[in-house]
Amino acid sequence: MMMDSFTTTLVILSFALPLAGTLILAFSGGALGERGSARVGVASVGLAALATAWLIAGFTGGDGTPRTVHLWTWIRVGDFQPAMSLVLDGLSLTMMAVITGVGFLIHLFAAWYMRGEEGITRFYAYMNLFVFSMLLLVMADNLLLLYLGWEGVGLCSYLLIGYYFQNAANGQAAFKAFLVTRIGDVFLALGLFLLFSELGTLNISEILARAPQTWETGSTTVNLAALLILGGALGKSAQLPLHTWLPDAMAGPTPVSALIHAATMVTAGVYLIARLHGIFTLAPDVLLLVGLIGAVSMLLAAFAALAQTDIKRVLAFSTMSQIGYMFLALGVGAFDVAVFHLVTHAFFKALLFLSAGAVIISCHHEQDIRRLGGLWRTLPVAWGGFLVGGAALVALPLVSAGYYSKDEILWEALAAGEPGLMLAGLLGAALTCLYTVRLILGIFHGPANSDNARHARSGTGLAHNLPLVVLAVLSTAIGAWLYPGLHGGVLPPNPGESVEGGHTMVAIIASATVIAGLALAGWLFHYQRTWLARQVERGMGARLWMLWHNAWGFDALFDRLFVRPWQALVRWLRNDLLDQTMSLSAVAARWLNVRLVRSQTGQLRHYAVIMVLGVTLILLFLALAPALGGGA
Amino acid sequence: MNGVPVEHGLILAALLFTLGLAGLMFRRNMLFVLMSLEVMLNAAALAFIVGATAWGQPEGQAMFLLVITLAAAEAVVGLALMIQLHHRFRRLDLDAASRMQG
Repeated sequence: MMMDSFTTTLVILSFALPLAGTLILAFSGGALGERGSARVGVASVGLAALATAWLIAGFTGGDGTPRTVHLWTWIRVGDFQPAMSLVLDGLSLTMMAVITGVGFLIHLFAAWYMRGEEGITRFYAYMNLFVFSMLLLVMADNLLLLYLGWEGVGLCSYLLIGYYFQNAANGQAAFKAFLVTRIGDVFLALGLFLLFSELGTLNISEILARAPQTWETGSTTVNLAALLILGGALGKSAQLPLHTWLPDAMAGPTPVSALIHAATMVTAGVYLIARLHGIFTLAPDVLLLVGLIGAVSMLLAAFAALAQTDIKRVLAFSTMSQIGYMFLALGVGAFDVAVFHLVTHAFFKALLFLSAGAVIISCHHEQDIRRLGGLWRTLPVAWGGFLVGGAALVALPLVSAGYYSKDEILWEALAAGEPGLMLAGLLGAALTCLYTVRLILGIFHGPANSDNARHARSGTGLAHNLPLVVLAVLSTAIGAWLYPGLHGGVLPPNPGESVEGGHTMVAIIASATVIAGLALAGWLFHYQRTWLARQVERGMGARLWMLWHNAWGFDALFDRLFVRPWQALVRWLRNDLLDQTMSLSAVAARWLNVRLVRSQTGQLRHYAVIMVLGVTLILLFLALAPALGGGA
Repeated sequence: MNGVPVEHGLILAALLFTLGLAGLMFRRNMLFVLMSLEVMLNAAALAFIVGATAWGQPEGQAMFLLVITLAAAEAVVGLALMIQLHHRFRRLDLDAASRMQG
């Protein structure tokens, strides 16, 4: 396909600019200062967003056929020739728009949030590197390049979770995130090996073309391949059972949580499955498993979110829950709808996280909702952000962006003949209402419960207000309308398109559920506060609270199942025979050392005597050696 | 050449060397240690001369000049060290300077 050089330049610019930002910041050595670093970091992503906007304008104006930009051949080993080439189609452009657009707003907000923090250059260097890696992930036309981006975002996630490295707990959280996602990455790598050995290529479009010719539907190999890829997606997207890292990942700065752990990186698993849809449609059992895992993760996370006291942990569990919705949509074959929810979720969850960041900074780093309250008058912008973002999160009918995507998911689930998944989705929607209302009431209403909340001071300035306002607008129905949809048939049609009628019915039921949920939540958390507080203090209520507060005890379970046996094994192996043999030389050296040190007296005469003895011995040996040798 | 036999000269050199070595090993006074060193150097030089005379080679005498020069240089450094030793410790006992265990 012919590409005009202007488009090629734009494509290169869109991912080279963040990389350039990283390099400039990394080699500046702190010479840019706080303002300079922020400028470079924000500008590089902003320009990349402009380039992406230009690309999208050109793409939607054109015929919408996918295009490939071949940059160079990466490696050339026999038949294995992965190329540095990037694909431009509806899916990758949508993801690019989210990454650079939302990414730019978050970078801008970070300029306010990180003011006066140490190591701002390092922060922006990592953030730019993240944007670069994420762009590579979604633009790659072969799985090897995708895997490079995949590992790159994992690395940046690790670096940014552990950004406040002076606190050892943050390092632990970063380490946990890295290790748990690594388990998924290993599965993904194995999946790539399997695909390459079976199909002989890693090029995505070739894989999708060859898979149906090579494999029969539901054959063992394709099931295995789909399962391995699913393993990778589960780790990155924090779904059961590889989800335990996400709540701890909130140790990073809030803009990081917004960008990496809400809007972009954690949705990479959804993108991966949507991109490789051809393999999953050949493995219907695995696809159903995707939906089931999504539904279970969604419900468990929603319950866990009900019993958190940290704003960011509530939002983390809510992210897990919403990604569960996306997996549910993938599971019923509605790949398009999953990507739609990914986009709206990126808008409203970034808004919620940034608003949470505004609250946290304004209240002098107070994150505990039990110690906040009554802030709606002092922090009107953050309050507005939470209201709009919360409305989108609970999918408030008609006015919010979340409604349009979530309603689609429920409808597709029913249309695909999975009413159980739809009911789970409805239950999840009601739970979402409960924890969202609890969060907003806890932060902004009721009495102020600490000095930090009473002395809150609202953030000001463009860097604080602009991202919140723009994201708030995008989180309303406008965001859903702006979503152009995917062009050019990148993804297979949704199951709902072949079913007639019933969509309105689902929409009405979903709306009713949301409104009933909101009413119940308002009644519970406003009028029945004291009753609730009494319930969770003892008996069944307290036990339930602890169970949900610890997110169903998965951490403790994994600790028992894997961490402790492993540590016991390591302790046991520490003194095995081989190690002991190895340490023998060290022991011998130390033994000799202790004895030889005593000969070092400092008395010159002793040394002279020893030397003379030594020389005499050598001379004797030399004199006698010929005699002995001759005798033998 | 028919003067002193080679063996006699070498035995004398060995005796001188052993005397010097014994002095080096058993004296504590630095002045005597230095003198013992000189004796040992001269014993070695004597062995060169004896050898050169026995085989009629001139190199032995050249080596003797070298040894004399070396001995003079060694005496300079040794005496300077001795003055420093006396300056610091007010005596000439070598064991006094054993604080560094080296």
